[in-house]
Amino acid sequence: MSGLTLQGLGLTRNGRAVLSGVDLRIAPGEFVGLLGPNGAGKTTLLRAALGLLPADGRSSLADLPEAARARVAAFVAQGRHIAWPMPVDSLVALGRIAHPGAARAADRAAIDRAIVALGLQGLRHRQATELSGGEQARVLIARALAQDTPILFADEPIAGLDPAAQIEVMRLFRDLAGQGRTVLASLHDLGLAARFCSRLVLLHEGRLVADGCPSEVLTPANIAQVFGITAHLSQGPDGLVYQALDLIARPRPSRG
Amino acid sequence: MSATASHRRLLAGLTALVALLFVASLLTGPAHVGAVDSLAALFRGQDDMLALVMREIRLPRAILGLLVGAALGMTGAVLQGFLRNPLADPGLIGTSASAGLGAVLAIHTGLASAFALGLPLAALAGAAASVALVLLLAGPRGDALALILAGVAISALAGALTSLVLNLSPNPFAANEIVFWMMGSLADRSMLHVWIAAPIMAAGFLLLWPTRRALDALTLGEDTAASSGIALKGLRLRLVGGVAALVGAATAVAGAVGFVGLVVPHLLRPAVGASPSRLVPASALGGAAVVMAADIAVRLLAPGRDLKLGVLTALVGTPFFLHLILRTRRQTL
Repeated sequence: MSGLTLQGLGLTRNGRAVLSGVDLRIAPGEFVGLLGPNGAGKTTLLRAALGLLPADGRSSLADLPEAARARVAAFVAQGRHIAWPMPVDSLVALGRIAHPGAARAADRAAIDRAIVALGLQGLRHRQATELSGGEQARVLIARALAQDTPILFADEPIAGLDPAAQIEVMRLFRDLAGQGRTVLASLHDLGLAARFCSRLVLLHEGRLVADGCPSEVLTPANIAQVFGITAHLSQGPDGLVYQALDLIARPRPSRG
Repeated sequence: MSATASHRRLLAGLTALVALLFVASLLTGPAHVGAVDSLAALFRGQDDMLALVMREIRLPRAILGLLVGAALGMTGAVLQGFLRNPLADPGLIGTSASAGLGAVLAIHTGLASAFALGLPLAALAGAAASVALVLLLAGPRGDALALILAGVAISALAGALTSLVLNLSPNPFAANEIVFWMMGSLADRSMLHVWIAAPIMAAGFLLLWPTRRALDALTLGEDTAASSGIALKGLRLRLVGGVAALVGAATAVAGAVGFVGLVVPHLLRPAVGASPSRLVPASALGGAAVVMAADIAVRLLAPGRDLKLGVLTALVGTPFFLHLILRTRRQTL
């Protein structure tokens, strides 16, 4: 039953369509990268699909009651503010709030797995508010992992991480998909997206303009139209290689 | 689970402190009687003078100190957790100012002197009105900021109307009574006050107690909490209702007792590993201890002068709060 179905998902804010007619089906085992420039509607799409925003159309997740949804999908939000100076393992343990009936041993095991997956063993008793931004980001991903859901949404999970940590997170998400989970993450690093995602969807001014495997979506035409830049693209031995080159000499596309 | 064990120890220690202060409160007063005799008089069947003093004067005062302090400490912890802001205090959503206005109107119109429960009932009516107004202003889907703004607006309005009543008061004695009532006190309360406050506070407690999990979830923001299965709309209603019941009942029987709900959660936060859920019971016990200690102090410091409880908590609370600010500033440097 897992996987995600969006049908005609749309949202109008102050008379402006922020999101319109998004149809998307993601099967278990897929790691989907959600791409698009700032303001394209990526965050809105994730929040509306989760039912955190009232939206038109259908989302298989938004249809569920809150408590049931929390056991199906976890969310790494874009905001990384940690309100209280809590130790890292207590923050990761917040993921278990979605499983009020779970046995203590199951909670412990899920928390330990999440801490190991993000390499936080050495930090688990430190106060999270004293960590660097990148370390905090990893703690927040670990919290979502401890929620132990078949679907994981992440809003710009690798923004602000160092290159090694970015790759670690991308590999982790690919492995989670390999275990049969569904991962949907908004990303700005097109190169890492091309390398690690099994599928990419491209959002432009609130609409899906491309959907498919990385080499189908990251074409010079799509990159020029949506991002307004030129890029070098080539097939390497490990798949698509992407490198941004320059702006296209025309005014930046208006915010969609 | 060492964190759980140390939390249990903290709660046990605070409970012992509260019990000790409760007994100390029973033994504090102008009538000089031995401790054993006083406590024995509480349980004696006879209606002699000492039994009357203990049952009708000191017992309600001690119970109200416990209830009012626990109410303020608990609402402070819950509101700070809900708003993710260490500066939130129980008065934030406008309940105390509105309950105060209700009480002031009762004094002004003579309702308070007409029958014993006139003042607390009017204060409760004010608190109830503030709940309706805050929910109306903040809207059904309003976030924390909308709630704060609505609370600030209501507090300002209630404060202005209170000033207006004082301003227009034709009788200097009534004005005097109003000013003194607003300072907050537990003196000369009866068991009637306990019976009116206790059930409402119990309802408020039952509304707020189950929100602890949600407060933990809110540590990482509303989206993360909602995606962990917390129904935020229901939480908000529960929270506004529970806070208003506790703060409204506390204000109705004690007047304005400031700084307890702000300082006590601050003080205890490091002791609970900053966990918002664990702070709730700790802060309730801590609030009870602080209010009872302050109420003992006003009786010992100035016997016969009727030093007001709210004056003392503000006097002690403010410098203490400044100290906390300085400490926070040093940490962030």
